Amino acid sequence: MIPPTIETENLTRVVGEETLLESVSVSIDPGEVFVIVGPSGSGKTSLLRLLNRLDEPTGGTVYIDGTDYRELPPRELRVRVGLVPQDPALVPGTVFENVTRGLSLRGESIDEERATRTLERLGLGGYADRDVADLSGGEKQRVAIARTLLNDPEVLLLDEPTASLDSASEARVERLLTELDVSIVLVTHDEAQARRIGDRVLKLRDGRTVRVGSVSQVLA
Amino acid sequence: MIDLTPLSDLLDQFRDPVLLTGLVQVGAASILAALVVGLSRFRGLALERELGVALVRGLVQIVAMGMIVGLLLTVDFVWSGVILLFMMGGATWISKNRGEGLPGVVRVSFFAIVSGSGIVIVTMTFAGAIEATVRNLVPVGSMIIANAMQINSLALDRFKSEIESNRAEIEAGLALGAPPAAVISHHVETGVQASLIPVIDSLKSLGWVWIPGIMAGMILAGENPIYAALYQFVIMAMIFGAGGLTSMTSSLLIGKYVFTDAEQLREISHAGGE
Repeated sequence: MIPPTIETENLTRVVGEETLLESVSVSIDPGEVFVIVGPSGSGKTSLLRLLNRLDEPTGGTVYIDGTDYRELPPRELRVRVGLVPQDPALVPGTVFENVTRGLSLRGESIDEERATRTLERLGLGGYADRDVADLSGGEKQRVAIARTLLNDPEVLLLDEPTASLDSASEARVERLLTELDVSIVLVTHDEAQARRIGDRVLKLRDGRTVRVGSVSQVLA
Repeated sequence: MIDLTPLSDLLDQFRDPVLLTGLVQVGAASILAALVVGLSRFRGLALERELGVALVRGLVQIVAMGMIVGLLLTVDFVWSGVILLFMMGGATWISKNRGEGLPGVVRVSFFAIVSGSGIVIVTMTFAGAIEATVRNLVPVGSMIIANAMQINSLALDRFKSEIESNRAEIEAGLALGAPPAAVISHHVETGVQASLIPVIDSLKSLGWVWIPGIMAGMILAGENPIYAALYQFVIMAMIFGAGGLTSMTSSLLIGKYVFTDAEQLREISHAGGE
């Protein structure tokens, strides 16, 4: 599976008087780790939500392999371009129920072995039957990553995925991300992390592009 | 030429000797109420003004309502539908406040109340449980509509708070490519269940915790108590039926309105409902 090319063209989101994102145009190459950095309120999460089409652009659009994403069925788009939100928002129940939530909500069959393997890759082996209420913040975050991975996305959008993880878990997640055969768009406030795993970086401020380029160019 | 029969029928009601009896009873009840007002003053509760106004206002309102009902009872049967539809409109207006901010709340409430209470009223009229006269249709229909309104309000109120407090969870489901209906089905169910709790509790306690108004009234009017009990159950079942249909209809429909065509969860505004 070759991940698609994603291009945003003058992507804009205005809500009322507030401009969350203004004319952002970037191209994300297949298989690259594209990092978005910037201070709080700079539009990082807004951009991720737009890429998953959880919000509607008020200007511009996104092209997936040259196709305007508004022409794709939203559910198909969201499976292909999977979002791991900063708030894991797990539902009451077991880890297994949460990890397979996408599949069960879509009425698709569940491959238990694959779910177990995915949990193991995230250091959650043996967690399947645990109640999510008993998990730590970092564990919940990893369950959320596993939940999206089980959808087999071509592009993975991650919003501060290691913000609540200890350094060992953070290293494990970073290693996993670099091993995956998908394109990754990673929002982080941690520039060191961007340097460790990023290929290219987009720096945002007040919803506008400050700079886009290689890690060494942007985070010099 | 204008037909003045309804007006003369209404005036006839004022000449009914039973009104004199009613006035004597009002006088007796007022003495008791005045006693409470006096006690309030004596105890320094500073409630006498509010109590006095409430008593006078209540008497004026209820007599005015009696006159309106008296007038309504004199009109042709065909007007029952218009009167009930007007009541459903009023019920929608009141009920929409509970779901204020939810997209499409007026349309959904009106459709749910009209279909929920309408189906029950029409069915039970054809079944003979409601006599096809203005005298029966309007008061029984109004009871069904009022309860459908309350149940609709509860369903909307609960659904709204479910959506507001579970926004992250719902959007996480959408982000996984799940159908909106599947993502919010649990919240729709919670809204319906919460809205039906009062009427289910009323049915459970019927007869041994409370004797409802219709049954009490029928017994006071000399009706066979067992028949009065059966008829009261019919009324409660109608209220339950209309409420359940209303609640399920409004929850299902509002569940569609909260998403855009691109299956995004809309913002719930706190300014307006439509």
